Amino acid sequence: MTTRREFLQIAAAAAAIMPGGWSRSFAQQRLAQDDLLAFEPLGNVTLVHVTDIHGQLRPVFFREPSANLGVGESRAKPPHVTGKAFLDLYRIAPGSPAAYALTPEDFPALAKAYGRMGGLDRIATVVKAIRAERGDRVVLLDGGDTWQNSYTSLVSKGQDMVEAMKLLKPDAMVGHWEFTLGAERVKEIVEKLGFPFLGQNVRDNEWNEPAFEPMAMLERGSVRIAVIGQAFPYTPIANPRWMMPNWSFGIREEEVQANVDKARKDGAGLVVLLSHNGFDVDRKLASRLRGIDVILTAHTHDALPEAVRVGKTLLVASGSHGKFVSRLDLDVRDGEVRDYRYKLIPIFSDAIVSDAEMAAKINEIREPHGAMLAEEVGRTETLLYRRGNFNGTLDGVICDALLSERDAEIALSPGFRWGNSLLPGQAITREDVYNATAMTYPAAYRMTMTGARLKEILEDVADNLFNPDPYYQQGGDMVRVGGLAYTIEVGKPMGSRISQLRVLRTGQPLEAEKEYVVSGWASVNENTEGPPIWDVVFAHLAKEKVVAPREAEHVRVVGA
Amino acid sequence: MRRSLELSRRRALTLGAGALAATMIGGAPAHAKNDSDELIKKFAGGKEPVKGKVKLDLPEIAENGNTVPMNVSVESPMTEQSHVTDLMIVADANPRGGVVTFRFSPLSGVAEANTRIRLAETQNVIALAKMNDGSVFMDTKLVKVTIGGCGG
Repeated sequence: MTTRREFLQIAAAAAAIMPGGWSRSFAQQRLAQDDLLAFEPLGNVTLVHVTDIHGQLRPVFFREPSANLGVGESRAKPPHVTGKAFLDLYRIAPGSPAAYALTPEDFPALAKAYGRMGGLDRIATVVKAIRAERGDRVVLLDGGDTWQNSYTSLVSKGQDMVEAMKLLKPDAMVGHWEFTLGAERVKEIVEKLGFPFLGQNVRDNEWNEPAFEPMAMLERGSVRIAVIGQAFPYTPIANPRWMMPNWSFGIREEEVQANVDKARKDGAGLVVLLSHNGFDVDRKLASRLRGIDVILTAHTHDALPEAVRVGKTLLVASGSHGKFVSRLDLDVRDGEVRDYRYKLIPIFSDAIVSDAEMAAKINEIREPHGAMLAEEVGRTETLLYRRGNFNGTLDGVICDALLSERDAEIALSPGFRWGNSLLPGQAITREDVYNATAMTYPAAYRMTMTGARLKEILEDVADNLFNPDPYYQQGGDMVRVGGLAYTIEVGKPMGSRISQLRVLRTGQPLEAEKEYVVSGWASVNENTEGPPIWDVVFAHLAKEKVVAPREAEHVRVVGA
Repeated sequence: MRRSLELSRRRALTLGAGALAATMIGGAPAHAKNDSDELIKKFAGGKEPVKGKVKLDLPEIAENGNTVPMNVSVESPMTEQSHVTDLMIVADANPRGGVVTFRFSPLSGVAEANTRIRLAETQNVIALAKMNDGSVFMDTKLVKVTIGGCGG
């Protein structure tokens, strides 16, 4: 009996019963906690992985991407399979809970049927259930992007997430957005964390000395387990370097191998890479290194219902925003993984009960801000989402806000992968705006840029996304644009992917020498001036009251 | 850093500093073809550089183009009979191609050097090692110097 079969059985049952006018309560009857958690245990080690929660204590709607293009070796391989093709590949019934959780297909209707996903209190229930069943065989690992990108995580400088996660008792974690709290704050938290904050690839840039512990050695089910930690390699490039001026990152492939070799020499029977590299980087890494049994991937927010095997290494992709908990049971004998069983457990918040202890902590954290966060600041008539390689409708609203509130011709909004989705007809609360914008360098700048500079920025980001060698991909989706149309040819070489740039306000081609007024946010440059982006969005929504962005038609993608 | 390298490294760093100073005052337009091809031709002395033996360690994407950590080593017994004499680093899109040249002798013990270089933009860095028999080996690495941001 495989885990996927169980998942699909639930899916099929639900789909069979609800072809048309299905109600939400009807859907829930098909989704029971016991079914979601059902797992035939295997072997002597259970790895539990959560990642990219992005400060989300409570359940959210989060639509998976429709555009997630792979290039080079990753072309058309998971996770670069989306929508209908994803359903076909994993034989998931359309309209099923799995289809809702894993693809953007029919998202608004399925979201109404199956409800929000995630919530740290539901995750706590799942983690406790696995521990109750598996005892001291369990290792819980947090892949990072945990301490930032919600209102409470921003104002508490990550303290809310640190305290909530502490209740889950993780065995180790790694970081990326954590570093945007600034080096001093990270050090302050790490000192009192109570479990290792790993980062084999973070070095003091003066002496090249390790800034964090490279690995943790654990003992479970009489197996010595080495957990090697890998921070997001391009943190000081993708995020402001001035916030961590004395730390240098990078992939440091040879050092990963050296740590694996050291772990094996020290008697590790199982070597796990807790990674924030992103899936494609990890796939390449797995193909080049020896001795890694499992890579717990993160950063690119991919949710895959099966582990991906590269040579002898298993890659697990556990999604984001608390939507999933990964459970990987391993039979480890004589320093080898003999067998495994994997389940990507979907956290349907209406089906999985809330853990009282965690719920109390979440209430304590949110209570002082609850009324403010719940305040409605607008309404959307269409689906708002961010995730996807190109413009999302949520970013459409942000770009419109920048254009109107900052009186700009062109708007730029970063291609972050975090931020919850909103359904057609849903009220937009202050919290929704913060969930899409809360970060430590939010200034909405207004400046002039030449057409040539704008093209250079688009080319630069395009290569960071579509360079055929994943080691040259810096992360993030394509920068979102407002007021500007362009064509992107994904398969072209660096510096030649972007063409047919046109200013929407005038309909004229973008001129290389001409200066344009540009507004954007999340600049990595120190001392960027401007109001925080959330205030810009609040002001825009106060005037507009109702938004109805359509799918972006101003970005034309060729060679996808 | 290995002690046996101290002498050559000190010299190398001096040379490196000179090269860096030169790049800073150079003002050639972006993407201008610089003199790297001529430098390579001159260094190789008529030999065709062969890929191998040289290992150039640079980040795929520079955190700061103004100071990119570089480690370069050459596989060689470093004996009187067989050793590296010169190790030249060029960058093909800096205002000037020359970055640094390290000189070695059997007394160096190992042919390895470690310094920081400046890269004006995304480009290839090429390391060429000349052996005492005149043969030339090379390694090359593309280093991206990006605007940054947008990582999520």
